[in-house]
Amino acid sequence: MARAATTADAFNAVAEPRRREILDLLAGGERPVNDLVALLGLAQPLVSKHLRVLREVGLVEVRGDGRQRMYRLNAGPLKPIYDWVRPYEQAWSQRFDRLDTVLEELVQQEHKAEEDGENGRDE
Amino acid sequence: MAVTSSRRAVVTLPEDTQILITREFDAPARLVYRAWTEPELVRRWWSGDRGEMTSAEIDLRVGGTWRFVMTANAGFEVAFHGQYRELVPAARVVSTEVFEGMPDAEALDTVTFTEADGRTTVRMLVQHSSQEHRDAHINSGMEEGMQESLAYLEEVARSLR
Repeated sequence: MARAATTADAFNAVAEPRRREILDLLAGGERPVNDLVALLGLAQPLVSKHLRVLREVGLVEVRGDGRQRMYRLNAGPLKPIYDWVRPYEQAWSQRFDRLDTVLEELVQQEHKAEEDGENGRDE
Repeated sequence: MAVTSSRRAVVTLPEDTQILITREFDAPARLVYRAWTEPELVRRWWSGDRGEMTSAEIDLRVGGTWRFVMTANAGFEVAFHGQYRELVPAARVVSTEVFEGMPDAEALDTVTFTEADGRTTVRMLVQHSSQEHRDAHINSGMEEGMQESLAYLEEVARSLR
């Protein structure tokens, strides 16, 4: 998949752990920047810088003005990441569906061995 | 028992160079470990729906090697191999993994088996040496052409479909 070389796409924007934390916090609801500063334990200029990057790629939207500016998550730009990973995830889901069958048999074999052992003692 | 949602493999990207695959199984950890490390059992699940396994060789000791070969449905053969670095029965397997079609991109796989109430959660962390190799790994959709932090991603993205 073609990837922009700057922070101007969602892939790069979410590559930064602090920015993912901000998105996690905003996933719980709209928040003012002061909330984010307190919850993250970071200096406000740094939080503002991360918010700016997230806004540039459209992952965060802002409303209000002055000290009452409220930030909220806009998850739309994350969908390409999800779509990118999905075939890989499906491949593992298919593998693991088969592993379920194998495990079911192993569990049954174990139960049977236990029952046979108990019957053996009874006789 | 409605377990369909928890039965799906969940793939997240905790860091630029990592892939994390998580799944819960309805079996104790000692059995999941067996299915993960015994060749005859691996052969039955590892290729998924993408082909047939033609070979699974496992030398199950630290420093020992493994090699899995499958013939993909499209007809071509793909092979992976690696070397075991840590083996803790019913708990943990650490090994290298090389897709033989991309021999420079060696990954380190850390698989943990965590049992609770007879069920086992498998977490497989694939650590690549570069983001390019990690991305190529995902792009390949595995063979054919194969985030605790981002865990929210699937929920959020799912709601957008």
